[in-house]
Amino acid sequence: MDWGGINPVILIATLMASAVPILLAALGETVVERAGVLNLGVEGMMVIGALGGFIVAVQTGSPVVGFIGGAVCGAALSLIFALLTQVFLANQVATGLALTLFGLGVSSLGGQGYNGVKPPPTGKLFPQALADLPVVGPIVFGHDWVVYFSIAMTAVLWWVLKATRVGLIIRAVGESHEAAHALGYKVNRIRLMCIAFGGAMAGMGGAYVSLARVPQWVDGITAGAGWIALAIVVFASWKPWRVLIGAYLFGGITVLQLNLQVAGSGIPVEYLSMAPYLITILVLVIISAGRKANGAPASLGQNFHASR
Amino acid sequence: MKRRTLLASAAMGLMLASGAFAQGMDKVKACFVYVGPIGDGGWTYQHHQGALAVQEAYGDKVEIQYQENVPEGADAERVLTQMALGGCNIIFTTSFGYMDATNAVAAKFPDVKFEHATGFKREHPNVSTYNARFYEGRAVQGTIAGRMTKSNKIGYIASFPIPEVIMGINSYYLHARKVNPDVQLSVVWAFTWFDPAKEADAAKALIDQGVDVIASHTDSTAPLAEAAKTNGAVIGFGQASDMAEYKDGPRVSSIIDNWAPYYVKRVGQLLDGTYEQIDAWEGIAGGEVLIGEITDKVPADVKAEAEALREAIAAGTYHPFTGPINKQDGSPWLAEGQTAPDGDLLGMSFYVEGITGDIPK
Repeated sequence: MDWGGINPVILIATLMASAVPILLAALGETVVERAGVLNLGVEGMMVIGALGGFIVAVQTGSPVVGFIGGAVCGAALSLIFALLTQVFLANQVATGLALTLFGLGVSSLGGQGYNGVKPPPTGKLFPQALADLPVVGPIVFGHDWVVYFSIAMTAVLWWVLKATRVGLIIRAVGESHEAAHALGYKVNRIRLMCIAFGGAMAGMGGAYVSLARVPQWVDGITAGAGWIALAIVVFASWKPWRVLIGAYLFGGITVLQLNLQVAGSGIPVEYLSMAPYLITILVLVIISAGRKANGAPASLGQNFHASR
Repeated sequence: MKRRTLLASAAMGLMLASGAFAQGMDKVKACFVYVGPIGDGGWTYQHHQGALAVQEAYGDKVEIQYQENVPEGADAERVLTQMALGGCNIIFTTSFGYMDATNAVAAKFPDVKFEHATGFKREHPNVSTYNARFYEGRAVQGTIAGRMTKSNKIGYIASFPIPEVIMGINSYYLHARKVNPDVQLSVVWAFTWFDPAKEADAAKALIDQGVDVIASHTDSTAPLAEAAKTNGAVIGFGQASDMAEYKDGPRVSSIIDNWAPYYVKRVGQLLDGTYEQIDAWEGIAGGEVLIGEITDKVPADVKAEAEALREAIAAGTYHPFTGPINKQDGSPWLAEGQTAPDGDLLGMSFYVEGITGDIPK
């Protein structure tokens, strides 16, 4: 079963893994933005998570602990952002951009001495016998645990945001912080927790790059994945399942275009290279077009102070 | 207006300052512009090793300054201007994409020496270019690749469609085909010098399609890390740096860019006053291109063959582009026994016969 030399089963299996960093980071950012905070520091949190996760995994020898370490590092960095924007009411856009620059710089410094070190491998979750099954094997059983975790998180966040009290509170804070405040919710505290959650998710996404996808540490390893995640959140109109579609589309077309090149498709390489960006945006815009209630959270990017 | 006056007077001050040392200099500030981070383990790392060698060689007489991660384009021009204003006497711009920025800034600072790596434009007397004959190393890699592949599919992760990269692809393919006429080459254009995740994806795409020997022209070790996941089924090469940490894994040899001799020589010439504009292009013979240790994964006879090729190139008895060679479209390029003139190589924009696919324009 080949399409012009490309095996679709392997392609799908590959894209599921290659989309994980963007998916995790974008899911975290979705929650942050639904709470009304625009954190442009995703790239910085990812790269710190990539380094933190790498160091912890190398020191402890356990990739699972490494992922937790990556999440903690991402969350820690995001708390700087939370302190500046929620306590000192700094501008969110500027603070977020600064966070990215800061994260890249700190990771470059902290990563000295970790170049060329190999992390403990992140193994597959299911036994090889299952992964060897035709078609379903590679797609359903052929991954490490983070891939399943990322899909599970999509479902959990969708359910939490849509159907739970916590989700309602987060959305209320994001849509109208004045009203939420009037109802007695601690707007800044809720936002702070959302920011930390977003940081942890971005950190974990980053850790996936350095521990599973590339498995090594090099400076600037995330190479812009955080920005893609940010864009996907917006084009997916802040909905978890659409974020998943966006991340898989982007990951899938990135993998596909490389495979098409190898297979000698004859399509000019320039078009293939821009395809992931173009098609992801187009598809998400089309999905989101023409329906009501697709707008951004009304208080997105606005700081809140109770005295006002 | 004010700013322009400031720039002008700063430039004039520099001119006066450096004019005083027309016969050599007491102290040189050597500056380096890097396209990636020093920690890339490849291209930029090697340039930085060269910079450190300069410091080592001249000690107090040299001050080193460098900036990492400078994007190619308008930003490069700003960085260069800043460095020139900041008192740099010689500026090494270490990526092809800095070519126009280097020449533009050089026009404004005639007393600062500019050295552009891998380019071909020397529009002003203070611009020199330097390069290494990487294609000589690719010939050795191609020989190993042709002998080692079991699937007869070999791969090349290319960065940008510039002559230096195309030269490498052609040399790699020609020498693989020479020892293995059935070999097929797949080229993936990553359109980046440094993006570990993308480089890993490109390597994965090649591996998924049955390629079992991967050469790369990008700057990180990610392709080797990806090859390492196959438990020995796929081999690769260190690129730009030795990448020795993958020796017990997929790395069977490497091309090492050794910039140190050139940097030390040029800064030395500036110190003793013998500096002149040049167009340097050294290879294996001049020590700028080193072939990293060929590991035991390669059978002894193949290793001997590759090393003999290296020695022949070093001795000047063999040129990797020796005719008869046809272009991809079948038209003749080099006649029997003819070797490629440097001009043809530096402007190379075509594949040789046998490679499939098109070069992006």
